[in-house]
Amino acid sequence: MRYLDEYRDPVLARRLVREIRAAATRPWSIMEVCGGQTHTIVRQGIDELIPVRMVHGPGCPVCVTPLAIIDRALAIAARPEVIFTSFGDMLRVPGSGADLLSAKARGADVRVVYSPLDAVGLARTNPDRQVVFFAVGFETTAPANAMAVLRAAEEHLGNFSVLVSQVLVPPAMAAIMEVAAVDAFLAAGHVCAVMGWTEYEPLAARYRVPIVVTGFEPLDLLEGILMAVRQLQEGRFEVENQYARAVRRTGNTHAQEAVRRVFRVSDQTWRGIGEIPASGLVLAPEFARHDATLRFGVGDLGADEHPACIAGEILRGTRTPLDCPAYGDACTPRRPLGAPMVSAEGTCAAFHNAGRTRQERP
Amino acid sequence: MTTRFDPVAATCPAPLAENERVLLGHGSGGQLMAELLADLTPRLGAGTLEDAAIVATGSPEIVMSTDGFVVTPRFFPGGDIGSLAVHGTVNDLAMRGAAPVALSLAYIVEEGLPLEELRRVTASVAEAARDCDVRVVTGDTKVVGRGAADGLFVTTTGIGVRLPGAHVAAANGRPGDAVLLSGPIGLHGITILSTREGLGFESALASDSRPLHRLTTAMITAGGRGVHTLRDPTRGGLAGALNELAAASGVGVELDEPAIPVPGQVAAACDLLGLDPLHVANEGCLVAFVDPAGAEAVLAAMRALPEGVAAVRIGTVVAGPPGRVTTRTLVGSRRVVDMLVGEQLPRIC
Repeated sequence: MRYLDEYRDPVLARRLVREIRAAATRPWSIMEVCGGQTHTIVRQGIDELIPVRMVHGPGCPVCVTPLAIIDRALAIAARPEVIFTSFGDMLRVPGSGADLLSAKARGADVRVVYSPLDAVGLARTNPDRQVVFFAVGFETTAPANAMAVLRAAEEHLGNFSVLVSQVLVPPAMAAIMEVAAVDAFLAAGHVCAVMGWTEYEPLAARYRVPIVVTGFEPLDLLEGILMAVRQLQEGRFEVENQYARAVRRTGNTHAQEAVRRVFRVSDQTWRGIGEIPASGLVLAPEFARHDATLRFGVGDLGADEHPACIAGEILRGTRTPLDCPAYGDACTPRRPLGAPMVSAEGTCAAFHNAGRTRQERP
Repeated sequence: MTTRFDPVAATCPAPLAENERVLLGHGSGGQLMAELLADLTPRLGAGTLEDAAIVATGSPEIVMSTDGFVVTPRFFPGGDIGSLAVHGTVNDLAMRGAAPVALSLAYIVEEGLPLEELRRVTASVAEAARDCDVRVVTGDTKVVGRGAADGLFVTTTGIGVRLPGAHVAAANGRPGDAVLLSGPIGLHGITILSTREGLGFESALASDSRPLHRLTTAMITAGGRGVHTLRDPTRGGLAGALNELAAASGVGVELDEPAIPVPGQVAAACDLLGLDPLHVANEGCLVAFVDPAGAEAVLAAMRALPEGVAAVRIGTVVAGPPGRVTTRTLVGSRRVVDMLVGEQLPRIC
């Protein structure tokens, strides 16, 4: 782990904290968009040590997956011919009445996979079963999910389909810039590893906000925050790259090509936020036979949500988990009311797992 | 369709109705399991949950423990379901300061299991028992129809004799105690996960499954009644064990996370999968609360044995808040180390 230890050096970390303190002359607010970054910030207590208000963004694909799609997943998984496959953290997200783990306990064949290609392999070895993969995520997961669909199409695997809930970060960031009082953004390093950062340049110019492409280790985040603070202090609004070891400006063009072949951009509903134009991906028409929503006829399945917590405001960064009356009381990781409490990447879960309580508010 | 946020229209799913069925998470060693046991054990009139019970039959004190083993795969780098069953029960006895004396062995076998596999597991039980200087004195075998069990389930019950001078219980931790850990964490859980899921880490990893009774004997010989609590952090990992001990003793624990030995392969696998090494299962290490006056002598005794050669102090028991385990972070603030909620689920990204 040598290559990671250097990004977890406590001496360097504390020096960066001192530099941020010295550089910031105003209580700037900076949003980290990605849940993995939220997790590191809260786990390490970075936000408690710097004179900057860290605003936690909507960056957990698990959290923003619409309730209706979870209900579709439950309806598909309940069918006896189906092997329903998913990344692990989708299994605990509550739909209208249950989650996939409960469905598994009731007899549904629900399996955790570590790659969508593993799900394609299951379709190959189980020709008499329908294998469905829950294709959830940001631009980060889209290439591998696209590759799985391409592989299934090449092999003529008629028993493989995907339930798609792919979301795109820049349109959501633009939507947040319209409503939230955030001075600067940390863009998600792994999203930019795929997409590059050219999409962020017009956003930085139009909304006059610094954007720093940032990694996930403690030192990455501290450095990203410092770069954003320096831009703010100097009155610059540029896209800078802290995560140079993994990201180039144009991203990974091969991965982008796979996504372009398999998916089309569409309007997308974000749980807790609402519909954002051109912020999601759906399967292109030529891959319709691999679309689980069509195959199992669950497209009409709606879902009724009712106001019970402030997940929407938390996902938009306008309020924090400690503002929620349900937080830590009616709503815990054990009994989540809202998606941000379900996923390890969720802001509420990150706060709760770090033992933050409403009484500790400054 | 245009998007305009309505800041007050934040929506959330309705709460889930309490599930009245057993989930896999109920066996994870985390919060779900604690809730299940809190529901079931009062029905038995049981008190504080310990790895093993002291049975009041006079002197010497008899200690008793039972455990079921359902591990998949049955054979893994560093052990198998047979040796694991012996080590698991021997270690539960050792955590109450007992020397193991005898074991029972019960098999539930699924129809169709190759006999050769049953012979291999039995030979492994015998070899592990010999190594622990403990005898298998009684047993039982049941065969169930195909599909009624997953190949082979093993249950072992062990009895032991409490060492003179041992005064070990989950509730005995006191503020000021040193928190000692006998060796690296996470090896068993990551080995099993990697083998089961074909993740490819297993080539360089092996389970730490091994008996710990010689180690606990050496600790009690060196530290006497100063060895307050012992626990082998199996399911639920080190975080689970420390939370249980802190709650039982009504104390807090302050960890020094960088001091906790996490092998590079375990750290890499956990980083890749989004798991916390503190939540990953172990089968060959223990954590102890030891009176600070004797902590150095106990550490020296641990390091003199192969199973304790990497023993370290990882923290301090504090007055409170009771039941709360915290650690100092990289940048110098503190965070709470909580139990696992349900199952360990790898993260999406």
